[in-house]
Amino acid sequence: MTLSTATQRDNLLNSLLPELGQLIPAQSIITKVEQLHAYECDAFTTMRQLPLLTVLPETIEQVQHVMRCCHRLEIPVVARGAGTGLTAGSMPVEHGVLLGMSKFDQIHDIDLDNRTALIGPGVRNKAVSDAAAPHNLYFAPDPSSQLACSVGGNVAENAGGIHCLKYGLTVHNILELEFVTIEGELITLGCAALDAAGYDLTAIMTGSEGLLGILVKIRVKLLPVPASTRVMLAAFATIEDAGNAIAAVIGAGIIPAGLEMIDQTGICAIEELMHAGYPVDAAAVIICELDGSIAEVEDELSSVIRIFTDLNATDIQIAETAEESTRIWAARKAAFPALARLAPDNYIMDGTIPRRALAQVWKQINQLADQYQLQVVNVFHAGDGNMHPSILFDSSDDDQHRRAFELGTRILELCIEVGGTISGEHGIGLEKINQMCLQFSATELQQFHALKQAFDPKQLLNPGKQIPTLARCAEFNAMHVHHGEMPFPHLERF
Amino acid sequence: METVAARQRPITQAQSTDLTIDQATNQTQALVDQVRHAYVHQQPLMITGGGSKSFYGRSVEGDQLSVSDYRGIINYEPSELVITARAGTPLHIIEAVLAEEGQMLGFEPPHYTPHATLGGAIACGLSGPRRPYSGAARDFVLGVTMINGKGELLHFGGQVMKNVAGYDVSRLMCGAQGTLGVLLDISLKVIPQPASEQTRILSGNQKQIQNLLSKWGRLPLPISATLFHNDQLYVRLSGTESGTHSAALSIGGDQIIEDQLWQQAKELQHPFFTSEQTCWRLSLPPAAPEIPEYLFKNQLIEWAGAQRWLYSEADHCNIIRWAENNGGHASLIDRNTSDGYTLFHPMSTGLMALSQRIKKSFDPAGILNPGRLYPDL
Repeated sequence: MTLSTATQRDNLLNSLLPELGQLIPAQSIITKVEQLHAYECDAFTTMRQLPLLTVLPETIEQVQHVMRCCHRLEIPVVARGAGTGLTAGSMPVEHGVLLGMSKFDQIHDIDLDNRTALIGPGVRNKAVSDAAAPHNLYFAPDPSSQLACSVGGNVAENAGGIHCLKYGLTVHNILELEFVTIEGELITLGCAALDAAGYDLTAIMTGSEGLLGILVKIRVKLLPVPASTRVMLAAFATIEDAGNAIAAVIGAGIIPAGLEMIDQTGICAIEELMHAGYPVDAAAVIICELDGSIAEVEDELSSVIRIFTDLNATDIQIAETAEESTRIWAARKAAFPALARLAPDNYIMDGTIPRRALAQVWKQINQLADQYQLQVVNVFHAGDGNMHPSILFDSSDDDQHRRAFELGTRILELCIEVGGTISGEHGIGLEKINQMCLQFSATELQQFHALKQAFDPKQLLNPGKQIPTLARCAEFNAMHVHHGEMPFPHLERF
Repeated sequence: METVAARQRPITQAQSTDLTIDQATNQTQALVDQVRHAYVHQQPLMITGGGSKSFYGRSVEGDQLSVSDYRGIINYEPSELVITARAGTPLHIIEAVLAEEGQMLGFEPPHYTPHATLGGAIACGLSGPRRPYSGAARDFVLGVTMINGKGELLHFGGQVMKNVAGYDVSRLMCGAQGTLGVLLDISLKVIPQPASEQTRILSGNQKQIQNLLSKWGRLPLPISATLFHNDQLYVRLSGTESGTHSAALSIGGDQIIEDQLWQQAKELQHPFFTSEQTCWRLSLPPAAPEIPEYLFKNQLIEWAGAQRWLYSEADHCNIIRWAENNGGHASLIDRNTSDGYTLFHPMSTGLMALSQRIKKSFDPAGILNPGRLYPDL
C-alpha cells in the first residue's frame, strides 16, 4: 500500500465511519486489515482486493443507511453472499465498502398453501430445501455449492445446477424480490402471484451480479418432492455415441431431471478419489436421473435403457437403492475436488453450446489443449448444453498460467462460434469480463450500460464487473488477435 | 449464422410467405431505418403484428410500424428443444411445425384470432392454462434480436437453455408490449407434448376445491390445468399413459371427454366470457382468500386459484385494493373489437420512477408504443 493510497483510505474512513456509526453498531463494521483479508476474494482466488471496510448489516434499515451514506460520499459498494462465486463477482473494490449479507439468514415464512418461502438473501440454498423437507417440498436450483452458497448469491448469478433442464434456473424459481437501491430506497419487484404489473424486473435483477441493487428479501417457489427418482450411469466407447444418446433421449420426448456427461480423464480422476464404480475404460459416461410419479419414472426408465442400448452403450448401471443413487451423484459432485488432485490449479470454464455441436466442440477443445500443451477435463451438464471444461495448470509457472488463460479464451470463442455463450451459470464477474467483448457488440454493451444507469446513475454498485467498458474492449481486442486476424471480423469494432 | 440456420431448416415446413435470407435482411434494414427516422424526428410509433391482442393495453397514437411481414422459422431442431422464428410468424404455424415433431409451446399462448403472431405473444407475455405447471411465456424466452428506440439492432440471450452473459434483456422484453424495443427474431425453449392427457371433473364449493388444490399442489401430480366455475372443478392431467392413469386414481372425480374446454379457456371463449362487459383479471397467490361477494357478480378461476376472472359492478378502486392487499394485482379488460383496451394495476411511485428510467434507457425519445402499458411509460 503506497502512502497516498493509505492516506486516501484514512480520509475515506474518517468521513464514512462517523456516518455509518449513526445506525450501524461498531461490531458490525470491520476495518482491521487482518480481518478484511477474509473478504478479499470469492472462490475465484487468483483475484484479490482488500475493501475499505466491511459492513455486516442485520436489518433492512441498516442496509438503506449504508447505501445512503455511500451514495452521498460516492463510495462504491460490493455485495457479498457466501463468497462461493467462481468469477470474482464479489471481489471488493479498492476504497469501496464490502456489504456482507450473511446476517440476513432468516427464513421468514414457509407458505404451504402457496408453496413459497420468504427468506433473507443470506439463507443457504440447501437450508431452504431442508426447512421445506418436512412438508415434502424443496427449492429446485441446486448448484454444486448448495451446502454453502446463499440464495442471494443464487439470484445475483442466476445459478443453475444439475436439475435445470427440467426445473429451470433461479430465474424460474423466484416470485418476488425486495431490494434496496443505491439511493437507499426499498423497492419490491414481482409479487406473491405468478405475474406482476409492469416490466418483468425480477428477470433483470436475477443474474445482475450486484450491479443494480442490494437484495434484502426473496420469495422463492417450492416444488413437491417427486414420488420416485431413479438414477443410471451409462458408459460409451466414443464421445459421438454419448452425444447421440443424449440427443435421442430428448428427441424421444423425455426430459430427465438430470443429464450429465463426463470424459475419460474426469472419470478416472473421480474414480480414484471416490471409488464409485465408474467405468474407467469408457470414453464418456452419462448420468441420467429420471423423476416423477412411480408409474411415469418406470415408463421413462425402460425407454432410456432401450435408447442407450440401441446407441451402443457399453455398460449400463441402474441404481436400485437410494444409497446407490447417492453414490453415483456424490461422485459427480466431487468432480472438482477430484480434479484438484491432478494439478495445483484448475481453471473451470462455463461456456454453453447447442447440444448438436457437442462432439465437434469436444474434439476442438482437445486439439486446442494439445496446442497449448495443457490438460483439459470435460464435465458437462449435457441436458442443457452447459460445458465445464477444466484446464489443469500450475500457477507458479508464469508461462503455464498465461497459456491456461489464453486457452480459456479460445474455448469460450469456440462456444460463441457455434451459437453458444461464454457463461451458462457461473456469471461474468471480473473473470470473464474481457470475453464479454467477444460476445457482444459495442451497441449491445452500451445498452447494458444504459440499463445499469437507470438503476445506478453514479456507477457505485459493484463497479467494473460484468459489463466491460468500451475502452476495455478496445484494449482487449487490440491485444487479442490470433491466426493473424481479429476474431469475428463481421462484428462491429471499437 | 443465418445461412447455417437456413440450411438446417426442413424444407417441408416452408411457408409461401416465409422470407428468404435476403428478404429478411432487407426487411430488418427497413424496420431499423423506420425506427431510426422516428427517433431523429421524435415521431411516436405504434408497433403492430397480427392485431389479435390490440385490446390488451392502452391505445397508442403514432405511425404504424408493422412487423407482420417479417415472418418465417429461422431454425428448429427438435432434439435441441429450441425454435427460433421471426416475430411476424403466425403462432398457428409455429405450433403446427412443433406438433409435427411431437413438441409444443409450454406456455400455451392464447391466440384470440387466427392472425396472432409470435412477436405479439411474447410482447404481451400472456400464458394459457398450463402456466402454473410448465411456466409463463417469459420462462421460455431464450434470446431475442430487437431494435431499440434509437434504431440500433441488438442481440441478447441466444439459443441455449443457460446463459448468464449480461443482463437478461430478452425476458425483460416479454410483457413490455414493444415499449422497450421492436422484437425481430425470438428463440424459445419448447417442450415435448405429453404422451397422454385426460380431463376429470369434481364438484364442490370454492372452499372445498381450494383446499383440494392446495393439497394437490404439495403432491407430485402431473396436473397441467385447472378451471373452477359454478362449483365444478375441471382438472387436466398430462404425462405418460400410466402416469396420468395413476394420478386419475388419486385425485378421483370422473373423466370427461372435453376437447374444447381448455382451448376455450385459453382463448377467452368459454361461455363465461361471452358477456359484452369489461372483465377483470386478478392475478393472486393461488391460495388467496375467496373474493368477497360484494366485489363481483360472476367468476371463473384458473391456475389453481392464481388467475381469477370477474364480472363486477363494484368500484374499481375496491377491486384493485383487494387484489393488492391479498398479494396480487388486477387488470381491467375490454375486448370490444373496435376500441377495446386494458388498464393495468397501478405501480408504486418508486417502481414507476424506476420503470420510466428503464424505458428511457431503451427508448430515450419515448417513440416506441408510448403509453401502451401506462400513460407514463
